[in-house]
Amino acid sequence: MHLMVCGGTGCRASASDTIEQKLKNKLEEKNLENDIQVVTTGCFGFCEKGPIIKVLPDNTFYTQVSPDDVDEIIEEHIIKGRQLTRLLYKDPQKDETIADAKDMGFYKKQLRIALRNCGFINPENIEEYIARDGYEALGKVLTEMQPMDVIDAVKTSGIRGRGGGGFPTGLKWEFAYNNQSDQKYVVCNADEGDPGAFMDRSILEGDPHSVIEAMSICGYSMGSDTGIVYIRAEYPLAINRLKTAINQAREFGLLGEDIMGSGFNFDIQLRYGAGAFVCGEETALIHSMEGSRGEPTIKPPYPAASGYLDKPTNVNNVETFANIPVIINKGADWFAKIGNKNSTGTKVFALAGKINNVGLIEVPMGTTLREVIFEIGGGIKDNKKFKAVQTGGPSGGCLTEEHLDTPIDFDNLLAAGSMMGSGGMIVMDEEDCMVSVAKFFLDFTVEESCGKCAPCRVGNKRLYELLTKITDGKGTREDLDILRNQSNVIKDTALCGLGQSSPSPVLSTLNNFYEEYLAHVEEERCPAGQCKNLMKYIIDEENCVGCTACARVCPVGAITGEKKKVHEIDPNLCIKCGACMDKCKFNAIFIK
Amino acid sequence: MTSVKVKLKQNDIDKIKEICAAHNYEPGELINVLHQTQEYFGYLPAEIQEVISWELNVSAAKVYGVVTFYSYFTMTPKGRYPVSVCTGTACYVRGAENVLEEIKKQLDLQVGETSDDGKYSLSCLRCVGACGLAPVVLVGDKTYGRVAPDDVKGIIDEYKDKD
Ligand SMILES: Cc1cc2nc3c(=O)[nH]c(=O)nc-3n(C[C@H](O)[C@H](O)[C@H](O)COP(=O)(O)O)c2cc1C
Ligand code: SF4
Ligand code: FES
Repeated sequence: MHLMVCGGTGCRASASDTIEQKLKNKLEEKNLENDIQVVTTGCFGFCEKGPIIKVLPDNTFYTQVSPDDVDEIIEEHIIKGRQLTRLLYKDPQKDETIADAKDMGFYKKQLRIALRNCGFINPENIEEYIARDGYEALGKVLTEMQPMDVIDAVKTSGIRGRGGGGFPTGLKWEFAYNNQSDQKYVVCNADEGDPGAFMDRSILEGDPHSVIEAMSICGYSMGSDTGIVYIRAEYPLAINRLKTAINQAREFGLLGEDIMGSGFNFDIQLRYGAGAFVCGEETALIHSMEGSRGEPTIKPPYPAASGYLDKPTNVNNVETFANIPVIINKGADWFAKIGNKNSTGTKVFALAGKINNVGLIEVPMGTTLREVIFEIGGGIKDNKKFKAVQTGGPSGGCLTEEHLDTPIDFDNLLAAGSMMGSGGMIVMDEEDCMVSVAKFFLDFTVEESCGKCAPCRVGNKRLYELLTKITDGKGTREDLDILRNQSNVIKDTALCGLGQSSPSPVLSTLNNFYEEYLAHVEEERCPAGQCKNLMKYIIDEENCVGCTACARVCPVGAITGEKKKVHEIDPNLCIKCGACMDKCKFNAIFIK
Repeated sequence: MTSVKVKLKQNDIDKIKEICAAHNYEPGELINVLHQTQEYFGYLPAEIQEVISWELNVSAAKVYGVVTFYSYFTMTPKGRYPVSVCTGTACYVRGAENVLEEIKKQLDLQVGETSDDGKYSLSCLRCVGACGLAPVVLVGDKTYGRVAPDDVKGIIDEYKDKD
């Protein structure tokens, strides 16, 4: 019997490590430690209901476990064989409990390829990876395939880069193969800059060997003996698991010299990012790896021709790599049948925001937004109304109700005015102001612009100022036109992908929520009720008894009125601190 | 970026030299050297940058350029209880801004500042990967999830009597 305890960042943050320790102690106390193994796994995906424990072989899926539940799990489930109903997942729609994950709405429509091992194995034990066909693909490649066969397989699979760009991976590998050089490099981009996404981190935390294996396969195909993982220093758990995995692979002779007696040498080093979003862009990433400021340079030359230390370099995203061993094992044709014609396979998303089931999901390309949000995601939190879904992070856009039946793939999302991006998917409800959301992303871009080119450095700052003006209720209709024009100029003239895509949140909200912008500039009203400076504190004449409490507490003297008579707030003086509303015992102050 | 004036002791200088030596004085290793040095000293004031610049034989301007480019590097020391608020998108839509405002009020600090007694510092982070718990606040390594503005006082009170 196995007790699989989630050791992903989300569950760790809710004390899953304490739970694990208590489980071990309790098992020892009962002399069961040899019969029942406690395994730390990577993320199960259902972060909303964490911490999660799965019992094997009966597949019982316990949710929201606390350290206090440990004794009962051991006494009841392990010793007496009785499931603990109170810790099972309750389907909110049907009002019934579900014990096996595969029956839950959250998992039903998912297909896990990149995440195949997350939640199933202990990422710190290479033997568990090997037991699930790990390193079989590498073996096959080294013994049965020529480099060009590998590249052909990747091309036939149709896989496109999961880092955001969607460039066909096989083609990229072929470029790197064709560029002759004494030294080439395989780089894994684990910079994951989208602020609200954690796909790559979860793969590295839950299944680091899949990335190591794929990088070796890539190295073999393009003729490189050195791999480098560029990973964010802010990901300590992922870094540690990756280091452990690399060391174990070396011990097993799966990294190093003469791998599996094939004569092929390959090893992997780590480089740490230091908190700069633009370093996710491949040319900037390469400059950062060389020890410089991570500023992008114009392409061409592409990294495949001249990258790290001016040598041919192939850069791929973590999730792209995680798919490769499966393509080799199950065949390119098998993979190409999943998804759409031009977007094959699956995509991992970090589903978050105002949604019931926050978590990490993987779905076949072509699944609709509606299926993801309402079936897998379980709908909007607190029965509020769906308003928008944001994909593509700071480079993407907000889609609306009318896009819900759009199949998710590279081309359809782009056509709808957003983009696939690396996999952030944030759901918003009626209380989210779209102008503020655009401002939130612009705030991010302004902070992260490297400053090298003027359209991005200066232009985004101007966009941010205009959006601030609008959310302060000082905008005009003309500002909306400037906003649009300027966005287009930045898009057309910025040097790198960061600047070229930074206006997307503004343009997509202008296109899809123009009415909301108009309400801000023409009526000085925020329909979502989020913009503080557009809120008005008003005294209800019916309820006000004239106790003067509010007038005394107002820090700027905005409230006037005689004792025992209805008071009044001067909106020009009011700073919207809310002190009066807190103080009023008669519910006489409200916000409009 | 403001910096504090520090006088390095001989063993501090030796430590920096040791880190540079471990990286073969390779200018390309600058970022890794900075990571290790910051891990040891907690921050990277100008004086430390100068030593690194000598050792790796790169200009002080380049070292400063790199330190200020990356948000992970800091030239001011962090507090003993660094408070970080996640302002990633998921936390933002679940109300991180209001939580941040409340923390600023309670600690009387702006983002990027450290309190005079060196106890608290305040910073923002972008997604710590616990979006299911949004909004998220970290104090040191401890994570607080689903934080509402009303919870802030209770969190800070946990550290009140510690020094
Ligand atoms: C501003 C910017 C940020 C990026 N951030 C990332 C990132 O965090 N992770 C990533 O894999 N790719 C990122 N990319 C895309 C990379 O430049 C590159 O296309 C990708 O790593 C290639 O791998 P793939 O083909 O496997 O997707 C970013 C691009 C831009 C313009
Ligand atoms: S677009 Fe922005 S991030 Fe890219 S090079 Fe120009 S200033 Fe730097
Ligand atoms: S956005 Fe805050 S944890 Fe992900």
